[in-house]
Amino acid sequence: MAIGAPKIKSIGAAQSPLLGAAMFGPAVLYIVLVIGAPFVLAVFYAFSDARIGSSGLHFVGLENFRSILQSPSFRTALKNSIVFTVCAQAIVVVCSGTLSIALEKPFRGRGLVRFLILLPWVAPVSLGSIGWKWILDSIYSVITWVLVWLHFFKPYNTPMWLGEPHLAMASVILVHCWRLIPFSTVVMLAGRTAIPKEIPEAAAIDGAGFWRTLFQINLPMMLPIINVAVLFGTIFTFTDMTVVYILTAGGPFDSTQTLPSLAFATGIQGSDLAAGAAISLFLVPVLVLIAYLMLRMAHRAEVV
Amino acid sequence: MMKTGFREHGSRITKGLVLFISTVLLAFPFYWMLIATFKQNLDLYTVENNPFILNAKPTLDHLRLLFNETRYVRWLGNTALVGVIVVVITLLLAIPAAYALTRLAGRWGQRLGIGIFLTYLVPPTLLFIPLSRVVALLGLQDTIWSVVLVYPSFTVPFSIWLLMAFFKSIPRELEDAAMVDGLTRFGAFVKMVIPISISGILTVVIFTFTLVTQEFVYALTFISPESQQMVGVGIPIFLVRGDVYFWGSLMAACLIASLPIAFLYNLFLDRFIAGFTVGAIK
Repeated sequence: MAIGAPKIKSIGAAQSPLLGAAMFGPAVLYIVLVIGAPFVLAVFYAFSDARIGSSGLHFVGLENFRSILQSPSFRTALKNSIVFTVCAQAIVVVCSGTLSIALEKPFRGRGLVRFLILLPWVAPVSLGSIGWKWILDSIYSVITWVLVWLHFFKPYNTPMWLGEPHLAMASVILVHCWRLIPFSTVVMLAGRTAIPKEIPEAAAIDGAGFWRTLFQINLPMMLPIINVAVLFGTIFTFTDMTVVYILTAGGPFDSTQTLPSLAFATGIQGSDLAAGAAISLFLVPVLVLIAYLMLRMAHRAEVV
Repeated sequence: MMKTGFREHGSRITKGLVLFISTVLLAFPFYWMLIATFKQNLDLYTVENNPFILNAKPTLDHLRLLFNETRYVRWLGNTALVGVIVVVITLLLAIPAAYALTRLAGRWGQRLGIGIFLTYLVPPTLLFIPLSRVVALLGLQDTIWSVVLVYPSFTVPFSIWLLMAFFKSIPRELEDAAMVDGLTRFGAFVKMVIPISISGILTVVIFTFTLVTQEFVYALTFISPESQQMVGVGIPIFLVRGDVYFWGSLMAACLIASLPIAFLYNLFLDRFIAGFTVGAIK
């Protein structure tokens, strides 16, 4: 494997470009073949009439995009994807910011508390969602039981959490938040350790109250790390189909359908590869925007 | 003095309360899985019963059903097998690549590294339609080899990123010394760098394995036979007969599969998070 390289006595990075290429070549080749090529294929499908089970394939131009833009399911899915992502991120930032402040200082039992708090993120998402499906069950929901017990509802006239459009949307958002809060909390905790302790303390001595310290010192200093949490969180929510698929499968009446779940329903279950690929391509603008913001952030950190 | 003391006390109570409520809300679904696992069906499906406690003697029926009458163990086995193979592939691709990008490629290494990291952001929900055709063409459909082929696409980029940060922290002098002693660059990499990078490599192993167990979309798309399922898909899809949900067994299955994964992931979490926050924290 030494590729006949002469025994290097003088040292330098540019000494072995061949060895370098041989070492990262396989990984790059794999990424090009399994991420790059399928992406090109997705674009290609989106402009064709590809279907599962038919071998013929014709170029149809913008026909797929025209037909999906006219379909009400697609418009609902696009709207839902945006609503779910924005609502979930807003809730997640507030909750995980608060939680990261509470978790910051060491206390007895912190390890256990941290493990319990992290469970939603570290356990497989499809299994956590199944747990929620049982919690939100139409008859045996524990939430319903508590509300009946508190006399908010009469027995046998209770809300169908996953069966009514608005409640179903709220449920999906809730489960997304449940899953993302632990991730954001840990990211923010990592960010808070980078804030010098002296500054908030000095502010407190100077008489700044809790809210003032929060809004004028802590929040501005945490902004970069909040950005990281929001950018990743946005990707995780916007491109996810597991939560929706398991909780509602897009129902009732497409009311919780998102772009990924609609792409799955159309492209895989409905065998219309072309339309499915076209739908999933609508994820790309958001991904590009986020990649751009991340690059800008990485660049800034490099320069500073 | 009095006032600060009071404020200090108040903020501690607030923090305690925040922690208590968050912990209960976040961990609740897992408590719910635990209690459903041992509840008798009659108790589980009686609306009037207090659902938070066992109203009848605990039962092992759900576990018995799960282990004897479903393919649960097979799914766990499939998942573990895929996990191990994907870990090996990921290590073989990511370790040399990360080293080459940190040490041998100069300034371009860092840029290419960021480029590779960005491919981690490409979600399965964008690629699963074309990949389903690729998998079918290769004849891998309905076998675990379909996911073995595809899973490294999200484990390799992030692993390279994690390892690059790790290799950067190793002093160059170490390899230089080894090379002065007559080792080639590659020899120094194998004999010096890899042994002292064990903890970074272990992080990649755990990370890859947990990501494999968490994946849902590809497994759902590529594999349909019950016996070939991964655990994350098998439980939600095949523990439901028609419209009948076996809730007790479902919850047991979720809990048993989740806990070990959660435990492993938790041990290494801080390192993964460091991978996400590079750039924002200096």
